[in-house]
Amino acid sequence: MDDLYRELILEHYKHPRRRGRLERPDVSAEEHNPLCGDRVRIDLQIENGVITDARFDGRGCAISQASASMLTDEIIGMPVEQAKQFSKEQLLALIGIPLNHNPVRIKCALLPLKTLKAGLYGVGHAPDDDEL
Amino acid sequence: MTASAALNLFDIVALRREFPILNQSVNGKTLAFLDSAASSQKPRRVIDCLEDYYRRYNANVHRGIYRLSEEATFAFERARGKVARFINASSQREIVFVRNTTEAINLVARSWGDANLRKGDRILLSIMEHHSNLLPWQMLAQRTGAKLEFLPIDGEGRLMLDNLDAQLAGVRIVAITQQSNVLGTINPVAEIAQRAHAVGALVLVDGAQSVPHMPVDVQALGIDFLAFSGHKMCGPTGIGVLWGRRAILEQMPPFLGGGSMIKVVGLYESTYADIPARFEAGTPAIAEAIALGEAVDFLQEIGMDRIYAHERELLGYALERLSEVEGLRVYGPATTEMRGGAVSFTLDNVHPHDVAAVLDNEGIAVRAGHHCAQPLHAHYDIPATTRASFYLYNIPEEVDRLVAALHKARTLFG
Ligand SMILES: Cc1ncc(COP(=O)(O)O)c(C=O)c1O
Repeated sequence: MDDLYRELILEHYKHPRRRGRLERPDVSAEEHNPLCGDRVRIDLQIENGVITDARFDGRGCAISQASASMLTDEIIGMPVEQAKQFSKEQLLALIGIPLNHNPVRIKCALLPLKTLKAGLYGVGHAPDDDEL
Repeated sequence: MTASAALNLFDIVALRREFPILNQSVNGKTLAFLDSAASSQKPRRVIDCLEDYYRRYNANVHRGIYRLSEEATFAFERARGKVARFINASSQREIVFVRNTTEAINLVARSWGDANLRKGDRILLSIMEHHSNLLPWQMLAQRTGAKLEFLPIDGEGRLMLDNLDAQLAGVRIVAITQQSNVLGTINPVAEIAQRAHAVGALVLVDGAQSVPHMPVDVQALGIDFLAFSGHKMCGPTGIGVLWGRRAILEQMPPFLGGGSMIKVVGLYESTYADIPARFEAGTPAIAEAIALGEAVDFLQEIGMDRIYAHERELLGYALERLSEVEGLRVYGPATTEMRGGAVSFTLDNVHPHDVAAVLDNEGIAVRAGHHCAQPLHAHYDIPATTRASFYLYNIPEEVDRLVAALHKARTLFG
């Protein structure tokens, strides 16, 4: 429990940093996890190849929502090319979930990253979890 | 209702000892298994029965002229007889062994459905059906041009039958669950069958959640098909049952083609075996069928009426205790009247995955998700619920632990 619902995750879940929508996003993508109905949308503003603003929206468990909050926080100021390379190991380290955790919950944690990449690589190109 | 009231029905301590898996810790706490609606645990004698088959008389059935094969065939057919008596079938020929409920329903939709349905015919289901009693009919409708109709439910999660007679117009088959795996609602299938038969429609009952938990008598219910799974009734996975009225099964074409389902095979044409072999192509799940027979003996020795009564007491206690948890909403009937022991709920805005994770940390196994009933969850406009479900080996202390853990989840995420 303590490793899954650490303070950081609960904090981001209860007080998400960047929940909402952008008015004119350059990139907007939504992905679902059919297993549990989790849904995450990410809007990005991009200027000269750099992500200048990001918002997320959606519903789901504490893990997927906290992960979305931390990820959108993290990528602001990041070049698009670097964000495209953002790995699942990096994400799990960011939110503090061990890689060997219950695979169902890992799927929840990865949903925002999947959404981000679907947006950055273009519609219809959502990568599988093991490609992240 | 007190903890001891539920214990009076049978010696629960001794009964729990029959289930080796229950004697273990999860995250340092005794396992509280509250997910029997997904799959039940198995008593030692069922596990032993599987092993005994492989150790002593493993051989294919209906084929060998040697001792082991004869013994296996005898045990396999005896299991069929046990299952027939368990649901009061009029003949053991009416028992078709399949893999599970899903396959049983697909068999009827394919075999009976393709042979009998025409464009414009109607199929009546309900919105509380498990996907396995929905998809086979959707696919049949797409193949034949038949139309699907759905019985609605009321605020308590009970079927609304006010318009049943009107909804039955043009219906050829009604396929309905006897007990909802999400709401716990027990549906009046005998009444539905009577009214369906009045317009010449057949009735298939999804018994996946009823046969394990209450006495089911197919003749008293007056239905035409019953589908259920061994793994939810103390039996193994990989074995399930389709019961069908003999006169109807006899008119149905085969489902799968292959060995065992034939009389005479030519290069271009063949004739088919009588029922039930006609529907049992290929080598069956022999060990599993025999062990299902053992599970049936086990359940009958305890008594299905006592199992039902035990679960009902637990359910009553659970509904009462859960109502103490602030922010908790139970879906389905609020009382034990015509209701089984599957209790699905939401807890404020805490996601069911998070609820289940907190419970898991307390050693409590529940299911979180849509429970293969997405249309029902869409009806309530929720993506998922958490479900606790009870069986003969559950005890009031497990309900207490569930409630305590739910308070904890609320504090954690509140
Ligand atoms: C009501 C109901 N119908 C059908 C099924 C499908 O059973 P199985 O997966 O064994 O085919 C289940 C169980 O998951 C169920 O609860």
